[in-house]
Amino acid sequence: MTQMKETIMTNSMGSPPTNVGAAVSLENLVRTFGKVRALDGLSLKIEPGEFMALLGPSGCGKTTALRVLAGFELLDSGRVVVDGVDLSDVSARKRDMGMVFQSYSLFPNMNALNNVAFGLRMRKQSSSVRRKKAGELLEMVGLSDQGNKYPHQMSGGQQQRIALARALAIEPRVLLLDEPLSALDAIVRAELRDQIRSLQQRLAITTVFVTHDQEEVLSMADRVCVMSKGHIEQVASPSELYSRPATAFVAQFVGISSRVPVDASNHEVVVFGQRCPVRSGEGSDLSGAVDALLRPEDIAIEVDPEGQGFVTRKSFLGAMTRLVVQVGEIPVRVDVRSDKASEIDLGTHVRPSIVSRDVLIATRKETVASEAAVPK
Amino acid sequence: MAPLSAGSVFEVSEIQNEPVPAFSSGSTKRRRHFRIWRLVVLVLAGAYFLIPLYAGIKFSLQNSAGHFSLQAYDKLPSAPGFSAALTLSLKIAVATMVVSTLLMVPTAIYVHVRLPQLRRVLDVVTVLPIVIPPIVLIVGVLGAYPLWAKSSPYLLSFMYVILAMPFVYRSLDAGLGAIDLKTLTEASRSLGGNWLKTMWRVVLPNIRPALLSATVLTLALVFGEYTMASLDLWQTIPVWIVQFSISSDGNIQVAASMLGLVGTWILLVAVVSLDRSQSRRTRRRMLG
Repeated sequence: MTQMKETIMTNSMGSPPTNVGAAVSLENLVRTFGKVRALDGLSLKIEPGEFMALLGPSGCGKTTALRVLAGFELLDSGRVVVDGVDLSDVSARKRDMGMVFQSYSLFPNMNALNNVAFGLRMRKQSSSVRRKKAGELLEMVGLSDQGNKYPHQMSGGQQQRIALARALAIEPRVLLLDEPLSALDAIVRAELRDQIRSLQQRLAITTVFVTHDQEEVLSMADRVCVMSKGHIEQVASPSELYSRPATAFVAQFVGISSRVPVDASNHEVVVFGQRCPVRSGEGSDLSGAVDALLRPEDIAIEVDPEGQGFVTRKSFLGAMTRLVVQVGEIPVRVDVRSDKASEIDLGTHVRPSIVSRDVLIATRKETVASEAAVPK
Repeated sequence: MAPLSAGSVFEVSEIQNEPVPAFSSGSTKRRRHFRIWRLVVLVLAGAYFLIPLYAGIKFSLQNSAGHFSLQAYDKLPSAPGFSAALTLSLKIAVATMVVSTLLMVPTAIYVHVRLPQLRRVLDVVTVLPIVIPPIVLIVGVLGAYPLWAKSSPYLLSFMYVILAMPFVYRSLDAGLGAIDLKTLTEASRSLGGNWLKTMWRVVLPNIRPALLSATVLTLALVFGEYTMASLDLWQTIPVWIVQFSISSDGNIQVAASMLGLVGTWILLVAVVSLDRSQSRRTRRRMLG
């Protein structure tokens, strides 16, 4: 494997790689489609070798940002800079960026080996070099025995692994992944997710990954850029994003949050009759009528016939069970260990309490479209 | 059946576990009626197409006494003007196929990739040659074009390109619609392919059946078009058939018509078979 790593890290001329782990800078990108501003002054810096995920709901501009980076979309204004060079006016084919698409993008008229070798052929590499390198890449993605198969003879997971090998074959400066796992079933998705992350770390290749799947993002990315309406809400590591969301949007989009109306004063709120400090960050200076944003694990419950809430729904999640507790008009989601949850029936009255050290608040008007009225 | 609501697992299970109702005798009767009517329609359509063909073949296989004879087919190659008309038709057909392919393939690809909103417009524009009678087209062309252009038979090729447009465009449109053209071209470009290489190595091989179909339809059109060639005073095969029939008995020109028809069919079958067997051979070679 070490030998393979060295092969991919060395370009066709045998010289040390110069295009692995490029620094990417997106500067004030603006792109409009008619009246819609898909990118509204987006700026983002990606470190060399970093795995950056763009996360957001449909229409937030994440795919547009990726396509702008790839050179498939023109910019109204702004710059795409890679390793200090402005690529804004450089065509897609000259950007040296490997891309794996959401839909199966293998060329149907070529077998797996020729698909992987296609980029090398475009770079006028000799037949023997192409064959050797494509073979190595197929081995790298664990499909060395599938080289003669055509796309229609392979499963979706195999096709996406071939597409990954094809993108890596050109030793791209940046690897772009446009929801490559979304069409796969859960087991294959988990396998491929691990494989992509492992390869990315081994090759230290700068990677931009677009997805709307939080689980993928939290398990794969070094940093996550949460987007909404063409701009960035927060850029942070997955753990920080989950535990310290900067905005109400992030709190509600990443992970599960319940909005509980409360009154804030002097950086404190009273939730379920319990006084809690307000978490620092956007909105922490708010006072008066606000919403507290509570993670399921921020709340504990105790069975109490006099409790102000009652259980309306139970969802078994494995080790944990998610309960929906109706507190007045507000449905609140609470995670409870499954062995304890099995003792709590629907309709049981419970007393909720806050177990986190502080509480994120947001203005009461703010809502997130993806947050359905019926709690998950 | 319980109504679907809120994606409840239990409700879905209930739906899945519901017994499938057995077909009633009424629905079996309906199926039998449907099968009978299907057969009737098939027989009528078959008769509509095959009876004239049968009559034509039978007539071409008779001598003047009404007995079976291959005389008409035997005389056909040596019939005055036949070879020249066939050669001219073939030349025009080749030129038409080349021009049509060079014009329509890039146009269709460009519209699919870059201007998909123009697909409907192109749909309408390409139907116009069917709506406008060929005689209108040729009269306009002959009035507008200079003499040197009219003195070349290849002017017909350019007009046939227009006539063939509805068939060629629809065939290409269907072929391009069957593949994820945008993703494939973007994948090729991201890997360093320019437009020419992308077309040659990625797009064209994947729309080969559509290309072949467009080509055969163009060929059939050239070998069947009479009005334009006649008014432009070029003796193509259809013009020869009509002119020769005036000066001889009808068997030979009917034999020519039948040969043209059967020839086009054979060509169509050959092209499709060739494409299939080539694909199979390529796959076997790659797999072996």
